[in-house]
Amino acid sequence: MTPSLTLVPRLTLAALVLPVGAGLWGVIAPLLGLVQITGADPTEAIDALLAWPGLGPSALLSVTTGVSATLLALSLVVLILSQLHGRPALAWLRRLLSPLLSVPHAAAAFGLAFLIAPSGWVTRVFSPWSTGWDQPPDLLILNDPWGLTLTLGLAIKEAPFLLLMSLAALGQTRADQSILIARALGHSASGAWLKTVFPAIYAQIRLPVYVVLAYSMTAVDVALILGPTRPSTLSVQILRWMSDPDLAYRLQGAAGALVQLALVVGVMALWRAAEQAVATLGKAWITGGSRSSGLDRLRPLARVLGGLSSLGVLLGLAGLVIWSFAGQWRYPDVLPDQMTLRSWQRFAPQLTDPLMETALIALASTGIALILCIGSLEAETRHNLRPTGRAMALLYLPLLIPQIAFLPGLQVLLLQSGLTSGRWVVVLSHLVFVLPYVFLSLSDPWRAWDRRYGTVASALGSSPDGVLFRVRLPMLLAPLLTAAAIGCAVSVGQYLPTLLAGGGRVATITTEAVALSSGGNRRAIGVYAVAQTLAALIPFAIALGLPRLVHRNRRALIPETR
Amino acid sequence: MKRLTAACAASLLATTAFAQPDPTDWDSVLEEARGQTVYWNAWGGSTTTNDFIAWVGDRVAEEHGVTLKHVKLTDTADAVARVLAEQQAGTNEGGAIDIIWINGENFASMKRQDLLFGPFAEDLPNWQYVDTEGKTVQTDFTIPTEGYESPWAMAQVVFMYDTADIDAPLPSMNAILEWSKSHPGRFTYPQPPDFLGATFLKQALLDLVEDPAPLMEPATPETFAKVSAPVWDFLEELTPNLWRKGETYPQSGPQQIQLLNDDEIDLAISFSPGEASTAISNFELPDTVRTFVLDKGTLGNASYLAIPYNANAAAGAMVVANFILSPEAQAHGLDPLNLGYGTVLDMDKLSDDQKAAFDAIDLGIATLTPAELGTALPEPHPSWMEMLETEWTARYGVQ
Repeated sequence: MTPSLTLVPRLTLAALVLPVGAGLWGVIAPLLGLVQITGADPTEAIDALLAWPGLGPSALLSVTTGVSATLLALSLVVLILSQLHGRPALAWLRRLLSPLLSVPHAAAAFGLAFLIAPSGWVTRVFSPWSTGWDQPPDLLILNDPWGLTLTLGLAIKEAPFLLLMSLAALGQTRADQSILIARALGHSASGAWLKTVFPAIYAQIRLPVYVVLAYSMTAVDVALILGPTRPSTLSVQILRWMSDPDLAYRLQGAAGALVQLALVVGVMALWRAAEQAVATLGKAWITGGSRSSGLDRLRPLARVLGGLSSLGVLLGLAGLVIWSFAGQWRYPDVLPDQMTLRSWQRFAPQLTDPLMETALIALASTGIALILCIGSLEAETRHNLRPTGRAMALLYLPLLIPQIAFLPGLQVLLLQSGLTSGRWVVVLSHLVFVLPYVFLSLSDPWRAWDRRYGTVASALGSSPDGVLFRVRLPMLLAPLLTAAAIGCAVSVGQYLPTLLAGGGRVATITTEAVALSSGGNRRAIGVYAVAQTLAALIPFAIALGLPRLVHRNRRALIPETR
Repeated sequence: MKRLTAACAASLLATTAFAQPDPTDWDSVLEEARGQTVYWNAWGGSTTTNDFIAWVGDRVAEEHGVTLKHVKLTDTADAVARVLAEQQAGTNEGGAIDIIWINGENFASMKRQDLLFGPFAEDLPNWQYVDTEGKTVQTDFTIPTEGYESPWAMAQVVFMYDTADIDAPLPSMNAILEWSKSHPGRFTYPQPPDFLGATFLKQALLDLVEDPAPLMEPATPETFAKVSAPVWDFLEELTPNLWRKGETYPQSGPQQIQLLNDDEIDLAISFSPGEASTAISNFELPDTVRTFVLDKGTLGNASYLAIPYNANAAAGAMVVANFILSPEAQAHGLDPLNLGYGTVLDMDKLSDDQKAAFDAIDLGIATLTPAELGTALPEPHPSWMEMLETEWTARYGVQ
């Protein structure tokens, strides 16, 4: 049979590991003097980094904002799931997940900023009639030096992702039975969930939690909009150094990237240790026999916080949509004086080219990712291979290593090797981030497919390829499309890989939006945010709609309504 | 297969392009430019500039068959870094950038490192209209341009203020300080090293020093400490009275305009006399905003276009630079409905028809007349800006 198929899993891993490894090498080698960059001396660069007065504060900010955002997001998800398990409120939140996940980070941050700024929407609703503020108060809410707003922004944008991962994990536990038994033993509903379901779920969402941790510690776009400015977080500063005309700063940026990497690795190690401590305490709590009857009183809190955090994203987006149609709109007006199509007429013609580019890159990287994933999974089926734990960890590698730590190195190497950057390099760099999500999303439904269909088809004379193409893939149309939609959404959202691998020449809707956000024109940001959200949402809509159409006479193949 | 042929053709072109286009032979430049794609790297944060660049793209495509692509930067330094990196990697031809919007520090850095194509600017056909006498278009922050960059817009510092909150223009930096003390929290400036923030520091320096002569020479630590001392005394008093008490700053000029529109501040600096009028016509500022200059005058400079030494389409880039110097493009840019940037042309060198196009433009309610703007003060040597930025960052950049 096809021996080449066994190569596919290795090819897949190579597509993930090689760029990350090469990028890290591109950061480390110049610092060790293994690669020369003229005009930049490694020792001087490291000295300059250490001499920068903001190093301590900005490194600390990365840790505090990243860890608190992750803790906050995780606590919120645990609170929601434990309090609202099996309740209508959870079904509501679940329906909001796709839109919440589709709103790009930068747009969500901008929307939130407009909500909570002293001259923002919330103040406007109450001013001046109840607050007496004829002018917006001079309050430090956005860009506060402690990074509280940044933490909040990160947390409400990351919570939906953790909720999605947890819900997926929930499907693989016998949650309802466990809760039923615990309830029969007199435990409160939320106590039962925490004691019997949470430990099983956490084991499955541990890597996603680490992804959130790594992302929150190093996010650039959200930190630019909501984060402190004197100094900013380390990742923002690294990006500034990396784009300074003076090459010496590049090495300083590379040294900063290493500090950032060490911080992330260190914090992950501490998190791991904390997990064990929590596990010990938790076991004592579970075996202690308390029925935690008071816990259920937190239910209103779960509803309020779940609602508020979703509103923070959705109302913010709504604010931006209104801005995109706004004429004159000043404080304290809750709505614009007049609505106009001018911003759309002005910016829409500029949207077409970037949208085409975005679609092309998203489809290409997702297409390659799907082929590699299907090949790997089929190899697994035919040759009875099981991915080792190490291979699974490698799958998460590009998501765990901060982008800001290895992408600049990749850019240096691309240039040094004389490879021209352009669309196809961008596609390959997107593949690194698209592949893990596609694999994670596809592997469970793939493995859950009832192999007896294949046996029947083989008995009827079908070849293994025939089984794959005529039975398995058509039956898995819905999960395949969902995986593709997730892949497209991931590709659409990539900023740094597009910018660095594309040499600035590849303009996608996201690079355009972030470039515009440096100007802060809310109308333009509104137009681009809508376009960006739609670009991420449309694939999900297709993934939901197409199976219904194709399988309209095969009801069992249509995924249940969510 | 098609792609392969294209690649072969491209590599052939690259080798023949070794003979760099010669601006004195303009016909052959036009011929070479036809069909070229020019990548213009310019800051993408301003929607009006983006629109202007898109308009230029449409016009050069019509007239000369040149395709113009705007590569939107978050910082011009990105483009300089890119050219440097290409030089490192030995990409001496076929570079990713064809034309850069540049001035000051970045120009000085590229010129020093031989990263520029040229000289070409003074050989462009439309150079004949440029006002070389009355406008500073041949030195950039005291550095002679020597034809390595072509001017395209004049800028001068003005202050935008909301007449609903401030009765009369403020005549000096000290007057701004006094006003801020009586209206705490209503003024701020973009955080240096942002370009406009650094401009505010330079403007303060020019307004507060007794004798501006040392500013035209490269700064030394000694002259800097002595000459810049009044600026730091001024900031020491101003900072506690700034918006958010100086705990945070807007990160760019447009963000500052948003703050003015949100009524969070009443006064903001701008490096474009027409920016306020343009913003008013785009609903980005209330129509009560006006502008003023300081009694001792305000800083002015030109924005330039430069072509990297390894540009892939130097001929096309020159065609773009030349088009932007045309009376048509300059008049389009001067109109606050489009861009509101000052022209680099000399009205006396234009024909009556060409001049009529400029006279017909309504400069907008918030724009000062050339007479009111007065003569712009020259930029200090770039070393002053660098040292101001470093000193500011040391004092205020980290809490």
